[in-house]
Amino acid sequence: MAHEDSELLPGETPVRFLDQDGRALDETRYPMPPLSELQAAYRALVVARRINEQCSALVRQGRLAVYPSSHGQEACEVAAALPLAERDWLFPTYRDAVAVIGRGVPPAEAMVLLQGDWHSGYDPREHGVAPQATPLATQLLHAAGFAHAAKLRGEDTVVVAMCGDGATSEGDFHEALNLAAVFGLAVVFLVQNNGFAISVPLSRQTAAASLAHKAIGYGMPGVRVDGNDAAALLAVMHAAVDRARAGGGPTLVEAHTYRIQAHTNADDDTRYRDRAEVQEWVARDPLIRLRSYLRVCDALSAAAEDEITAEAEAVAAELRDALQAEHVPDPEDLFRHVYAERTPRLEEQWAMLADELARDAESEHAESEHAEHEEAR
Amino acid sequence: MTLTHEAPATTAATVESLTLAGAVNHALADALAADPSVVVFGEDVGVLGGVFRVTDGLAARFGEARVFDTPLAESGIVGAAVGMAMNGMRPVVELQFDAFAYPAFEQVVSHVAKMGNRTRGALRMSMVIRIPYGGGIGGVEHHCDSSEAYYAHTPGLTVIAPSTPQDAYSMLRAAIESPDPVVFLEHKKLYWAKGPVDSVRRVGLGRAVVAREGTDATLVAYGASVLTALEAAEVAAAEGRSLQVVDIRSLAPLDDATIEAAVRSTGRAVVIAEAPGSVSVAAELAARIGERCFEYLEAPVRRVTGFDVPFAPPKLERYYLPDVDRILDAVDSLNWDDR
Ligand SMILES: Cc1ncc(C[n+]2csc(CCOP(=O)(O)OP(=O)(O)O)c2C)c(N)n1
Ligand SMILES: [Mg+2]
Repeated sequence: MAHEDSELLPGETPVRFLDQDGRALDETRYPMPPLSELQAAYRALVVARRINEQCSALVRQGRLAVYPSSHGQEACEVAAALPLAERDWLFPTYRDAVAVIGRGVPPAEAMVLLQGDWHSGYDPREHGVAPQATPLATQLLHAAGFAHAAKLRGEDTVVVAMCGDGATSEGDFHEALNLAAVFGLAVVFLVQNNGFAISVPLSRQTAAASLAHKAIGYGMPGVRVDGNDAAALLAVMHAAVDRARAGGGPTLVEAHTYRIQAHTNADDDTRYRDRAEVQEWVARDPLIRLRSYLRVCDALSAAAEDEITAEAEAVAAELRDALQAEHVPDPEDLFRHVYAERTPRLEEQWAMLADELARDAESEHAESEHAEHEEAR
Repeated sequence: MTLTHEAPATTAATVESLTLAGAVNHALADALAADPSVVVFGEDVGVLGGVFRVTDGLAARFGEARVFDTPLAESGIVGAAVGMAMNGMRPVVELQFDAFAYPAFEQVVSHVAKMGNRTRGALRMSMVIRIPYGGGIGGVEHHCDSSEAYYAHTPGLTVIAPSTPQDAYSMLRAAIESPDPVVFLEHKKLYWAKGPVDSVRRVGLGRAVVAREGTDATLVAYGASVLTALEAAEVAAAEGRSLQVVDIRSLAPLDDATIEAAVRSTGRAVVIAEAPGSVSVAAELAARIGERCFEYLEAPVRRVTGFDVPFAPPKLERYYLPDVDRILDAVDSLNWDDR
């Protein structure tokens, strides 16, 4: 597939529809999404923010082992999931729990990994969502392979593959974009450039003019978009998804955004960035921007806001309830799924553990009987 | 050189004399014909038919959609295969040489091996990673590694290393049909060895086989070392010692029952493999035999393996590789005095 350079290079400035006060800018490169979709996006943003807050709280309460929050990046999370059809697939990272939930995965199932019960908690086939990937950029290749299989069968499935700015330095990022372009696959690569890979700034990842500029090297279009402008993100993602579905091949979308929280709860971001910088980005909050616009358009009544807040609270409550309940994972699960059928060796090892557990239970039982006996005396 | 574990070939129409490379080629062709979800891809596997000609003619016969070349990207090949397996295909990928499989290691260990477990069986990785491996062919650096321990150590992977064309055919068919991911190791030195192949014969994964009966000691080997072990048994027989040879074939899972029965029957064991011996498949075999057969053993289990050095350059490889003499020396050391 040969392209004109001009078609592949990102524009001089990121695509942006709304300023921080919610005023519409003169953006002519893409059509503004319909109000109804922006209303749906706003609803999703509010729910997303609430999930982020709730999960951070659950970490503090010791209910989640860790939570990589997408606070501040919710517009990207929402725009990754919304443009997809039911038959499409999403390939998320550890930071994208909100996008996973956006595809219809029940919040409690999305938290199974971080809660420590199992490595993944939802059925990927049921929701068209791959397990959240932790090894950076590896999922981009799975997305390409998935799209390749669809193409071989003549299906028009589209795949959105997510990663961060740091992940663009990994070899798998290169291999995935190259493969997708060579085979003309229906993948939209959405890079959330939040400025940091843990502590390492973007300047240590690339000397390119932008991450979107890398696209031309693969022969696919690169687009830069304001990652805190849900309207712009939706417009860009819709165009990329439509193009992929029509057989036009992959697109690289770079969304400029910022991670408001530390990398995870275990990280201390005061060691590598100024509070002033964080505050600047807090002021560019994606929720406030879309809300202002919808209010200006008279498309967000007080009643609607109340309803959205209630919905977000309900999701948060669902999460709390699911995680307050005491979970006792079954140790036999360790052996159940390693192979389709348990090998004799795994049978032996489970028998050994089961025996240990039985003996523990017996001695516990004996101890408690002894204690009861003592009490009775 | 004719290599088979079976009785001499019958005259059945399904039997052909094939090289091991030819047997793999037939297995791929038959699998492609039998199942439309099978796809074969890798580097130079299309028009060229692979650097060892293992995929010769497949692209022409089955078309570019099902047998194709990829960009030079081993992680890409395996990672894309993961995505394809997630989406209902059965990819059979070729990584060109043992050492050139290393860029794909993260995909193999973190995803191929774990995806089925991670998703509680919802996304099984039905795929085969074929890797030509091993030395003894005068290959230069990076072309002769025995990398099986890396894979066999990884829970979730099935690792197969056939030594006969029949096993190569039958076990590759079984590997492609398996719901689990299989690393299929093809020893380069065996590629041109001929043997009868019966295309209706099935060999399950996970089974070892007694390649030669014997009563005095058991040689446990896999891949090209099976040939060396068989030669050693031949020499020993002429000297009046009866050596049994077990071909492990399946490095993960190991067929403990067959190995155990064999070693118990002779009371002595030598494990032979060309990979460096430290922390190797041979080490695991020796440990398991020790654990499971201790009271039957007349002598400690001996290992004859490659040295713990990077694989030797062509002019030195004969010093590195386990050979008949080294095996017979090990056998001689198995406490025969009190017999
Ligand atoms: C292959 C690999 N190397 C290192 C890590 C450890 N790690 C986890 S997240 C992270 C930073 C990634 O940054 P980026 O891609 O920008 O995503 P972000 O966390 O900012 O969303 C690192 C180094 C990893 N998960 N995988
Ligand atoms: Mg980042």
